[in-house]
Amino acid sequence: MDWRGWAEIVFTIALTVAVGWPLGIFVARVWAGERTWLDPVLKPVEALAYAGFGVDRNKGQNWLSYAAAALIFSAVGFVLLYLQLRFQNLLPLNPQGFDGLSPHLAFNTAVSFVSNTNWQSYAGEATMSNLSQMAGLAVHNFVSAGTGLAVAAAVARAFAADRGENLGNFWVDLTRVTLYVLLPVSFVTALALVAAGVPQTLLANVEATTVEGTKQVISLFPVASQEAIKQWGTNGGGLFNVNSAHPFENPTPLTNLIEVVSLNALAFGTVVAFGRVAMARREARALLAVMVILVGAAAAVIYSAETLTPQPAMISAGITDASSNMEGKEVRFGPAASSIWAAQTTGASNGSVNAMHGSFMPLGGGTAMFLMQLGEIIPGGVGSGLYGMVVMALLAVFVAGLMVGRTPEYLGKKVEAREIKFAMLAVLILPLAILGFSAIAAVLPVALEGLLNKGPHGLSEILYAYTSAAANNGSAFAGLTANAPWWNTTLGIAMLLGRFAYLVPVMAIAGSIAAKPKLAPTAGTLPSDNGLFVGLLIGIVLILGGLQFFPALALGPIVEHFQVLAASR
Amino acid sequence: MSLSFAKSGAIDQGVVLTALKSAVTKLDPRELTGNPVILATEVVAALATVSAVVAIASGTAAGFPVQIAIWLWLTVLFANFAEAIAEGRGKAAADSLRATRVTTKAKLIIDASRNAIIPTPAHELALGDIVLVEAGDVIPADGEIIEGVASVNEAAITGESAPVIRESGGDRSAVTGGTTVVSDWIKVKVTSQPGSSFLDRMIAMVEGADRRKTPNELALAVLLAGLTLVFLIAVVTLTGLGAFSGITLDPMVLGALFVTLIPTTIGGLLSAVGIAGMDRLLKVNVLATSGRAVEAAGDVDTLLLDKTGTITFGNRMAVEVVPAPGVRPDAAMRAALIASLADETPEGRSIVELARNQGVTAEIPAGATSIPFSATTRQSGLDADGKSWRKGAVDAVLRSLDLADSQVPAEMRQAVDRVARSGGTPLAVSENGALVGIIHLKDVVKPGVKERFADLRRMGVRTVMITGDNPVTAAAIASEAGVDDFLAEATPEDKLRIIRTEQAKGRLVAMCGDGANDAPALAQADVGVAMQTGAQAAREAGNMVDLDSDPTKVLEIVEVGKQLLITRGALTTFSIANDVAKYFAIIPALFVGSLPALGALNIMGLSSPESAILSAVIFNALVIVALIPLALRGVRYRAIGAAKLLSRNLTLYGIGGLIAPFIGIKLIDIIVAALKLA
Repeated sequence: MDWRGWAEIVFTIALTVAVGWPLGIFVARVWAGERTWLDPVLKPVEALAYAGFGVDRNKGQNWLSYAAAALIFSAVGFVLLYLQLRFQNLLPLNPQGFDGLSPHLAFNTAVSFVSNTNWQSYAGEATMSNLSQMAGLAVHNFVSAGTGLAVAAAVARAFAADRGENLGNFWVDLTRVTLYVLLPVSFVTALALVAAGVPQTLLANVEATTVEGTKQVISLFPVASQEAIKQWGTNGGGLFNVNSAHPFENPTPLTNLIEVVSLNALAFGTVVAFGRVAMARREARALLAVMVILVGAAAAVIYSAETLTPQPAMISAGITDASSNMEGKEVRFGPAASSIWAAQTTGASNGSVNAMHGSFMPLGGGTAMFLMQLGEIIPGGVGSGLYGMVVMALLAVFVAGLMVGRTPEYLGKKVEAREIKFAMLAVLILPLAILGFSAIAAVLPVALEGLLNKGPHGLSEILYAYTSAAANNGSAFAGLTANAPWWNTTLGIAMLLGRFAYLVPVMAIAGSIAAKPKLAPTAGTLPSDNGLFVGLLIGIVLILGGLQFFPALALGPIVEHFQVLAASR
Repeated sequence: MSLSFAKSGAIDQGVVLTALKSAVTKLDPRELTGNPVILATEVVAALATVSAVVAIASGTAAGFPVQIAIWLWLTVLFANFAEAIAEGRGKAAADSLRATRVTTKAKLIIDASRNAIIPTPAHELALGDIVLVEAGDVIPADGEIIEGVASVNEAAITGESAPVIRESGGDRSAVTGGTTVVSDWIKVKVTSQPGSSFLDRMIAMVEGADRRKTPNELALAVLLAGLTLVFLIAVVTLTGLGAFSGITLDPMVLGALFVTLIPTTIGGLLSAVGIAGMDRLLKVNVLATSGRAVEAAGDVDTLLLDKTGTITFGNRMAVEVVPAPGVRPDAAMRAALIASLADETPEGRSIVELARNQGVTAEIPAGATSIPFSATTRQSGLDADGKSWRKGAVDAVLRSLDLADSQVPAEMRQAVDRVARSGGTPLAVSENGALVGIIHLKDVVKPGVKERFADLRRMGVRTVMITGDNPVTAAAIASEAGVDDFLAEATPEDKLRIIRTEQAKGRLVAMCGDGANDAPALAQADVGVAMQTGAQAAREAGNMVDLDSDPTKVLEIVEVGKQLLITRGALTTFSIANDVAKYFAIIPALFVGSLPALGALNIMGLSSPESAILSAVIFNALVIVALIPLALRGVRYRAIGAAKLLSRNLTLYGIGGLIAPFIGIKLIDIIVAALKLA
């Protein structure tokens, strides 16, 4: 642990916010349907899309038809992707000649990409054809992120509305955020990555002879373009099994910085855009502050856990300098860059990794898991993180807001039984999916077959898998072989619940919020734009998350932490 | 702990005894269906009892399970007791009200032309029946006087023993069942259905029989039920996760963990807080027709206040006498005094009062004739021994003195202008046909009103003064009283319009009124406070009735509403914050046997796993009892602005809620260990 590491963490977060802020202002314009400087190029494409699909861009939707559109879109996407993956052997652009996927793997993978999770039960370089990668998975990298951004737009409009029901048009929002936001940023980032040394090719694998004289197959892909949307869309599904730890995906500290910034910038930007559209800029800044503080604190905890005390293996080897703890980390990145990435990727429902979380110290890996269990809201997936945080803000305002002597309101909207009912429904999804499936898997022989470790670390592997799936993160704790019917199926269900069983209550809240009168703030209104509110919201997020998962975490990373501490004494 | 409120005298022993009995009868699960948190606790308590009985029967060490079962039952009982004691206070008031209702016999008029009367029990009267009520009779039902005038003792409702006049026609024609006619007779047309009279509703309200959950209570209940489900998931799944780690968990201990985690504190006290809120309103003699109205009172953004009676005393008062040029000040004062000695109007008395305060005295001269005020002369005074003293409207006095405007001294003209501009009323005083001074009559703002408006402003409540005065007068009073806005030359229709505009801006409006023409505005307002002495239509339209008919009461109503919400929020926050410490007590206790490393989480240093669990359960039960006084009394409301209030209460109940159980559980653990209970 040294000052350079701390400086790197602070610099990375600051740069991410600095990139995300102006981007958010741009997103607000896109949501509002205003003119942008990209119009000359993209307007004709946009018009063509509406004409092609018969979308009337001026027709608004209420919450129910908006939510229905999002669900139908995702369902159709799922079926098409499932079929494509099952039968990729019959389709072109398969130079490596890969087979079609098994039914359970195709189910898991299709759910995974449609739900913006990008959990990968397979090794990309040994499973997916170029067509599956580019015309299947990459498409969903864009549109699943676009779906999140669209729903966030609807939520923002709900707070701006005054006794209204029009939340915008899902098809228009989806088209616009994909065309004007996701495509351009990915394009620019891909070019930057290529310039920094990331490969981009459609050629087949290369066979090479190593210095030891053995043959090695080197997988080639159009890496840079996939990498860009993998990060911007908080997807996280890598082309290679080891994700951004792979030298093709992430060759240098510079590409690492580009990738880690593009991992969170749009999620931060969504908050800024929310503030503009919901006419609550100061309040949005408070939400942003909560996210920045929590992600910073998480990075600090992971970095400390990794570098404060030497690892047991190091102690037995007589190494006392904890800052050289490189287990699970790439030499070209080191502990600080790995810690900040781990915090950003698990806080953001991205799930790409540049280090192996399963090899972190128990507290480091446990923090990554806890970040996901908080509901992927700091800053969370693009769009989904924002609406998750808004649900938390509603709960925080409801519990503490009464203490100012008024029935609670947030951003000028009364928080009443209907909102609380749907917020609690949404909140219940994570413990139900994570703890429910984990408790079953923990005693089910067919599930335990895929487990490498026994004891607390084994439990952490199970917990991490369901946490990652339900929170739509997609990162994995090594040690679990998940490409088996039980795991593929249950993780798939967890992903579905985490995405869509959350999205529907959120849209119901948006509908109810929109229909309420917009109240003018008075001196008696609970202020939701100051430091006190930031502290309150942080407290509610941590306590609510902690209360749900503390017992489970105690049996996994926490006990492991104390065991390691005891062993190193 | 349970003694603290008994000592404070807030609750007498009889109420406590009744509440204890009622706490037991409320154990019936059907009584608890509205309260999922306490119902869940009862289910766990029942299961724990079974498990304790099995332990006794099988001869294993039963001390621990028996104690856990007892404390779980006590948790339920304490929650029931909290509700019962809140209800008990209302019931006492209801019983005395009911006594007045039972015996009433009505004189039903069956043929108006012949005044034929049939004695009929009050509860058999139907809507539209006409009854005769004579001196000494109790009015059998709510109704409207259609004929006659009578003085009525309304002490049964208002507690005020001085009789009031009720007469047919106008705003004072409404009478309330249960009140007594003291003199004369009236014919009353019944306006309420049997069983739904004002008195019936009042009894139902104070007893809490008619209690439905308010919108905010409903939302809070949903949150608490949701949290209960979350903890159910967290606790039940521990069996599977524990099994992976080779730990077999005792279902009783899991049950105990579940009960300590679910929000039993607020779950147990929620209905008591609501009832106590109604009770506090009743204490200031305000009757709300629903809990919803009390809640809305806390949310009020705009307060419409009638000037007269609310902001100012009803009458104008003399505040100074400006002497004419060449007249000594005390001589002018003395002239004003003599002119007013025979004047019994409040204005006249205020002049006498002012003179006495300035040390000027005078007696009515012997053989004086008093000249009363009349609409044509518009002045009054005294004549004695050929001398005369007059006071009255300035133009009227000047005309009777034959003074043209130009002959009036400039100082006097300026004084008249000044008084008028400040919103006061100038009166001219003459002595023996000469102008001696100008009396300044002023609408006096009640003391303390300005401070209360400032408090309200800090809490975000805007005050709007409604007056029939001209804009100049209205502006002067408005600025003196410190209201935020005013409406001059207002008609009752204006009130309705203002309420609608405010509501369109998303504001909640409170107002009070008594006239029949206030009824539409009272109905439109979110909180409409009708005066008990007001018209029946007004009382029907409002959602609160002020038994004292004191318009300033609105301010107290707003405070009671806020206090209710603050108490609810504080207890919820406290309840949730408590859980952190309970985890640190129970989680290490559960797992330390198989995973010794988790002993590190026992940061309280609790003596044994059993003691840790038992102490957490005991703390969880006792904290309900400890907080009953707070739930009944309510968290103190302070007008310090939302941000400061939140910061204060968050520190007290949030941070306090985090820390208190660490201390409490540790202390209980020391006692449990010392007594060798576990």
